[in-house]
Amino acid sequence: MGEVTLRVWRGDASGGDFESYTLEQNEGEVVLDVIHRIQATAAPDLACRWNCKAGKCGSCSAEINGKPRLMCMTRMDTLPEGPVTVTPMKTFPIIRDLVTDVSFNFVQAAKVPALMPPPMPVGGYRMFQEDVERGQEFRKCIECFMCQDVCHVIRDHEDNKAHYAGPRFFIRYAELEMHPLDQNDRRDLIREDMGLGYCNITKCCTEVCPEHIKITDNAIIPLKERIVDAHYDPVAWLGRKIRRKTKTSAADAAIQPAP
Amino acid sequence: MTALESSTKVQLGGTRGGPEKPTLRADRWWIQPVVTVSVLTAFVIYSTWAAFQNKYYFVGANVHRDLISPFYSPCIGGSCVPGAKFAFTWSAWTLSPALLILIFPLGFRLTCYYYRRSYYRAFWWSPPACAVADAHGSYSGETRFPLLMQNAHRYFFYFGLIFNGLLTYDAVLAFRQPGDGWGVTVGTIVLVVNATLLWLYSLSCHACRHLCGGQVRSFKAHPIRYRFWKFVTPLNAKHMNFAWASLVFVALTDVYVRLVASGAITDFKLF
Repeated sequence: MGEVTLRVWRGDASGGDFESYTLEQNEGEVVLDVIHRIQATAAPDLACRWNCKAGKCGSCSAEINGKPRLMCMTRMDTLPEGPVTVTPMKTFPIIRDLVTDVSFNFVQAAKVPALMPPPMPVGGYRMFQEDVERGQEFRKCIECFMCQDVCHVIRDHEDNKAHYAGPRFFIRYAELEMHPLDQNDRRDLIREDMGLGYCNITKCCTEVCPEHIKITDNAIIPLKERIVDAHYDPVAWLGRKIRRKTKTSAADAAIQPAP
Repeated sequence: MTALESSTKVQLGGTRGGPEKPTLRADRWWIQPVVTVSVLTAFVIYSTWAAFQNKYYFVGANVHRDLISPFYSPCIGGSCVPGAKFAFTWSAWTLSPALLILIFPLGFRLTCYYYRRSYYRAFWWSPPACAVADAHGSYSGETRFPLLMQNAHRYFFYFGLIFNGLLTYDAVLAFRQPGDGWGVTVGTIVLVVNATLLWLYSLSCHACRHLCGGQVRSFKAHPIRYRFWKFVTPLNAKHMNFAWASLVFVALTDVYVRLVASGAITDFKLF
């Protein structure tokens, strides 16, 4: 096989630049393999996160030729001819080389109000298969944070990080809102503090998800519709008034952090 | 600051890695926005022109047909030609009747989740493509007026269902050939396909999926709504396809009726 050239971003918070590495191309290699060979031969101080090499840990997220991808799941022979550009995720502050500080996501995770089931009935809780399947898709998330990285709401507007949870956490909110045992009503919280209205459903999160979770269609849009139920639909409002339907308030939900 | 507050406070700022460029993508990401702009602009120009024409929208008994353009149905304006008139008319409205009608399908498509994705990308460049920089310095999304009005989508969906019913009725009437019994013409097929595509577009709508059963917490507790939800969910996955197909075909339907009505072509009877 021929040679391959990787242009890798090298640097830290004080600045950086691309460095090119040309290596022999081996059959069946993924980008992470080439990065490891660069570490082993030309640049032992090149920093990158990795763990499972199987697309299941979400550690090796980076931007390959400008698009967020898992380095361990991107085969070299699927990339176009010419130098391959590898940069760190743009949305998060850089630590060094390809490693970024993704603590924004852990802060958002801590804000998610936990599941609030009713008191345990005699015989224990029961969930039926159709309800289990609904939330199962969201459980596939490997927290690679590429959906957060590609979301232009925070990628291009840093100030929005203060009031926007991002697609990864909208699927978490959707999962909880669709949970048959949950008694929290997080709709006000999602609208007012988590910034769901900032999402303009351009579906980039869905495009980059390595687990093929339909983030926009199955989580974000259903949440938007639930917020319409609560705030923008007078008929739904009237129906609630007539049926005197009440749920746990968002304010109460908001003060119960995840364990 | 309590332990909880410190653990839930977002740290803004911080130096980002990578070069200061709008994008590092070298593929042809611009093709999709260009195609979207081209098709939607062509549709808007054609539908505006067709709406103001106020003629050649109905093929009537004089040629043994009953075909009406979807842009002009239901024909409720005072200027509607005989045979095309709906059950009631607003005689004071003397402009083109299409202007009274098009606001509803236009509103349905304008607030549609799929079209929002398309025109935010293609026209507003927010963003033009994934991992390509937003063209705007600040961004508030759909949190403020006028984009807050996107939340009215379900009401346009309700109106859309009424229009679908009326266009289905028109398609049934297209089987009738006054003075020549009943039969199937090319025009009949065109109107039937048009109504079918519009139903598929409406039923695959995200608001429809939500209203059918998506809004419940437990499917087990709502088995009938679960059945509805299971029916529309596969359609919802093809919403994009139905959106484009119905948009193009509704314009082609108007073109066909216009050509027949103007005498440029003949509506052939198949059987």
